[in-house]
Amino acid sequence: MSGKVIVCRCEDVTLHDVEHTLARGYRDIEEVKRYTGFGTGPCQGKECLRVVACLLAERTGVAPSAIAPFTTRPPIASVPLRLLAGPGAEDLTSARDDDATDEDHGMAG
Amino acid sequence: MAPRDPPPPTPTATPGPAEQPALPARAETVVIGGGVIGLAIAWNLARLGKSDIVILERSYLAAGASGRNGGGIRQQWSTELNIRLMQESVALVKRFTADLGINVWLRQGGYLFLARTDTERGFLEQNAALQQRCGVGTRVLTPAEANEIVPELDVSGFAAAAYNPSDGILFPWPFLWGYADGAVKLGARLHCFTDVTAIDRPPANDAAGDFTVHTSRGAIRAHRVINAAGAWSPEIARLVGVELPDRPVRHEILSTEPLKPFLRPMVSVLGTGLYFSQSMRGEIVGGVSIHGDRHTLAMGSRLKFLTTMARALCELVPQFGEVQVLRQWAGPYDVTVDGNPILGEPPGLPRFYLCCGFMGHGFMMAPVIGKYYGEWLAGGKPHEIFDKWTLARFASGQLAKETFIIG
Ligand SMILES: Cc1cc2nc3c(=O)[nH]c(=O)nc-3n(C[C@H](O)[C@H](O)[C@H](O)COP(=O)(O)OP(=O)(O)OC[C@H]3O[C@@H](n4cnc5c(N)ncnc54)[C@H](O)[C@@H]3O)c2cc1C
Repeated sequence: MSGKVIVCRCEDVTLHDVEHTLARGYRDIEEVKRYTGFGTGPCQGKECLRVVACLLAERTGVAPSAIAPFTTRPPIASVPLRLLAGPGAEDLTSARDDDATDEDHGMAG
Repeated sequence: MAPRDPPPPTPTATPGPAEQPALPARAETVVIGGGVIGLAIAWNLARLGKSDIVILERSYLAAGASGRNGGGIRQQWSTELNIRLMQESVALVKRFTADLGINVWLRQGGYLFLARTDTERGFLEQNAALQQRCGVGTRVLTPAEANEIVPELDVSGFAAAAYNPSDGILFPWPFLWGYADGAVKLGARLHCFTDVTAIDRPPANDAAGDFTVHTSRGAIRAHRVINAAGAWSPEIARLVGVELPDRPVRHEILSTEPLKPFLRPMVSVLGTGLYFSQSMRGEIVGGVSIHGDRHTLAMGSRLKFLTTMARALCELVPQFGEVQVLRQWAGPYDVTVDGNPILGEPPGLPRFYLCCGFMGHGFMMAPVIGKYYGEWLAGGKPHEIFDKWTLARFASGQLAKETFIIG
């Protein structure tokens, strides 16, 4: 039965998949994301991140507050390529894209 | 959109690191960097009986370029050496599932390179002839013929294309787990969340003495050290006083919503760094070069990339306009001036092995490089790459230029 409990609906990741990942020794939420693919579909983790974090906490005995979310991948919501390709799109970019603003993020990507 | 990426998750916030066994006091081989290169060497060494290996990875597996790339694998190159190596790598990738028991989702749908100018057409023709002499089935096509392979392309303005049907794409992550599990099963030990912070050279009075590698989780002695830290390799080399010439360049990449399978080859446009393919999950995955960046290990995502990429994609495939972008991320290319990697021991520092500078094609090279590195360190004859792709070539000017580079 537990094989049919879905924790990430976009990518069809089940409770069983997450348990299997933990059994293999992966503990970091970034590792669990990569091993199962959870959080990489259309909702980008908005539905599943909390569920998986709570599962990790429950199964590994770590306080939920100690589990940092995985790195957010822009855009916040999906955008059609047509809008990003349209005239004027480059006007949006300048301030954000100054290298100095994210130079110090190191592994944050 | 938030102006900044969130700060990096603190590794200690999760129980992974704390649960690991302590570092052993010594290993014959210490590999620095748990990317595809370090793991491929470790598995090959272990397979050949030299399994007293400790792999030190600062973060989780796949944190570096190996977890962030496009998964392309091609045999279209401008030098015979790279063509032949990549022919062998493709053969090794085909055996990966049998050798290592994990599916890497290889799909040989070809690589289609598009040329706009006559000079670029000449470049494709010359390289296709060399590739054919090596037994690669590359054909130079007219734009109309390219359109038969990918009908969705707007080929107006293009002069020619080159297509090799046995190139392809794979899913990078299982490669890392496959190599890591394979090496560990044979006796290697993998320590993630273990940051190398200092390295002592062997004592001056003891030519056969060990290196001491200091980490955030204690020190370990090593008969030999392999610097497989990718774009971070100059930082690691500096710990033993060696200056490396490779430099990190940020490359961004995006993934769209999944679409019904329609696109067989990886498509790339010469001179722009644009490439995209359809993953086995149906997403369009690809990137484009943003020129003029300074060297950086920063991996933040930029809107400038999204707009540049969106424009390039929509120009080439007008139907892409309605397709939604789901996510973007970035990773470092590990760039050398001649497009080839840096291997072997730096002058005056025996038993400190370099394996870095893999540009934007280290993933596909890892199987064959790992094989030859493993064979050499296990006592076999060194392959010619260890004579050609030395650190010394940068000082002597004997560069080995590879010009078939995307980006
Ligand atoms: C956007 C993008 C697209 C790409 N597309 C392709 C492609 O289609 N095909 C292809 O073949 N290649 C591609 N590449 C290139 C490919 O990903 C790399 O060449 C390859 O992954 C390099 O592997 P590596 O093991 O050398 O480096 P990495 O995977 O970066 O591994 C180095 C590791 O060293 C670790 N490290 C760093 N410092 C320390 C320290 N002090 N202590 C311990 N560990 C440390 C890092 O955390 C990292 O995990 C692409 C790269 C990018 C960025």
